Amino acid sequence: MAATQGTDRQKARLSSGVIPYAEMGYYNADYQPKDTDILAAFRVTPQPGVEATEACAAVAGESSTATWTIVWTDRLTDYSTYQAKCYRVEAVPGSDPPQFIGYIAYDLDLFEEGSIANLSSSIIGNVFGFKALQALRLEDLRIPPAYVKTFQGPAHGMVTEREYLNKFGRPLLGATVKPKLGLSARNYGRVVYEALRGGLDFTKDDENVNSQQFMRWRDRYLYCMEAVNRAMEETGEIKGHYLNVTAGTMEQMYERAEFAKELGSVIIMIDLTIGYTAIQSMAYWARAHGVLLHLHRAAHSTYTRQKNHGVNFRVIAKWARLMGVDHIHAGTVVGKLEGDPGMVKGYYSTCRDNLNPTDPDRGFYFDQDWAWMPGLFPVASGGIHAGQMHQLLDYLGEDCILQFGGGTIGHPMGVAAGATANRVALEAMILARNEGRDYVREGPAILKQAAQKCAPLQAALDTWGDITFEYQSTDTPDVVATPTRAG
Amino acid sequence: MHITQGTFSYLDELTDEQIAAQAQYGIDQGWAPQVEFTDDPHPRNVYWEMWGLPMFDLQDAAAVLHEVNRCREAYPNRYIRVTLYDTSRGRQTTGLQFIVNRPQHEPGFRLNRQETHDRVVRYTLQSYAAEAPHGSRYDGGAPEGG
Repeated sequence: MAATQGTDRQKARLSSGVIPYAEMGYYNADYQPKDTDILAAFRVTPQPGVEATEACAAVAGESSTATWTIVWTDRLTDYSTYQAKCYRVEAVPGSDPPQFIGYIAYDLDLFEEGSIANLSSSIIGNVFGFKALQALRLEDLRIPPAYVKTFQGPAHGMVTEREYLNKFGRPLLGATVKPKLGLSARNYGRVVYEALRGGLDFTKDDENVNSQQFMRWRDRYLYCMEAVNRAMEETGEIKGHYLNVTAGTMEQMYERAEFAKELGSVIIMIDLTIGYTAIQSMAYWARAHGVLLHLHRAAHSTYTRQKNHGVNFRVIAKWARLMGVDHIHAGTVVGKLEGDPGMVKGYYSTCRDNLNPTDPDRGFYFDQDWAWMPGLFPVASGGIHAGQMHQLLDYLGEDCILQFGGGTIGHPMGVAAGATANRVALEAMILARNEGRDYVREGPAILKQAAQKCAPLQAALDTWGDITFEYQSTDTPDVVATPTRAG
Repeated sequence: MHITQGTFSYLDELTDEQIAAQAQYGIDQGWAPQVEFTDDPHPRNVYWEMWGLPMFDLQDAAAVLHEVNRCREAYPNRYIRVTLYDTSRGRQTTGLQFIVNRPQHEPGFRLNRQETHDRVVRYTLQSYAAEAPHGSRYDGGAPEGG
């Protein structure tokens, strides 16, 4: 194919050798992103001696059409459409070694409809190992409504879940059964029964509760459903246990999910480790069969936690909404697991709101419009207890699920008493908030007052009232350099 | 037996002042109050009887309390709840719901188990009160007004 005419840029595409990405069209400061483009914000740490624009252009190239050398077959395509374009590079203030935020636009034609596998293979598939970079992190993605609408979205969503469970105006309460490994199915069901009859809405399998030799899945399901129904009998409320269907194959997961449905479970759960395609499949199954779908974000910290490398959790939360789960763990702020308050609020907003406006404090690099795709429940789990109820309500709002595992099962008066303590603390705080009281400041007094009529709550406050987890977050916004204090 | 449906069922019964404060909170959110009652408290009984229509555009919670008390006079021995309905786009669902009246005696539920194949049990929850016909539940069989 003749290619000697045309612009210098076109000529350069046919010079043999390693690509100078920026010159090849992968950096274009004049590019105006289209409303239908997928936009990415990457945190780029170039190797010493590599220019920022070149590094960011390389990210654009390696996450779209480029290979390491020139291929003449590019000229058989309308390649400028398929090239991702880095259209802005910003230095991160105070970073050492120097970091840059590279903004990259991808034409929607690059992506298959309704496939997170395809989206992630494209945008984070190869580029993270690229030698010219010391480190690379995908901070945010703007998913245009044109692409949002190609996904099913949450199997049911928050509104439908509340209506189905008949629970309004307060966070839902849950607990993960502990110890998570070793209990027989029969003993495991005892914890479920006690926690639910005491006042929780849900109990939960943990991520690695699958089908080990001490507790096979089928036995667990049978005992847990006996426990759920006994608790419903005693309270007149709808209750559920997240039956984890995670398994080695899709066929096994479907078998387990079908059995959970046959037993009348309102909800099943899966782990993030099953993979994006398996999650989307289970979300279709969940909608088709009227069963809620809980996602445990197992293994996410391996790639979400470090600020200079990996994928920010807000991107995973966006994918979760598209993939179609009804619940996702999204941090607690005050608990034992990582989470800067502003960042966690951003994750919650990503799950729940229709619009996520650009906001550096929340880690939003773009405006995200969900085109009215239903929201899903963010779940707070890990090291939280009744004494923090005012802070949890303040940070996380009422459209969430608060899971008190140790804070229920470790209660000195027993599991049911632990559950009651949490429910009373929650209802007392909602009552006070709605009455217009300054519940954040008066929180300890409100709890103390409620505990006068609820011995289990008093015991919970006596046991855990002073426990906090005050460590500096590793993932903080660039604009706020102060350490996080939970308190 | 104490049915724990609705927010605040784990606290003491709300006083009229507390009911009005919660209703006012909902009104201030732009939500429409509604009073509903039933003699079938099964957790999947979605459709309690409506005590009139939702009070759209209401400003003052005193009217809610007035309707609650009228409903209590008519049905002193039934479950009565206040529902605050959020009409905003993306919600269009109940924003807050709580019980404001209960029968003097709550007999609760019987859990029926139908044992089927391979250890599978089919569970059904049945309200003891609902074994009597509508109108004669919660009163030892005596029909009540309304």
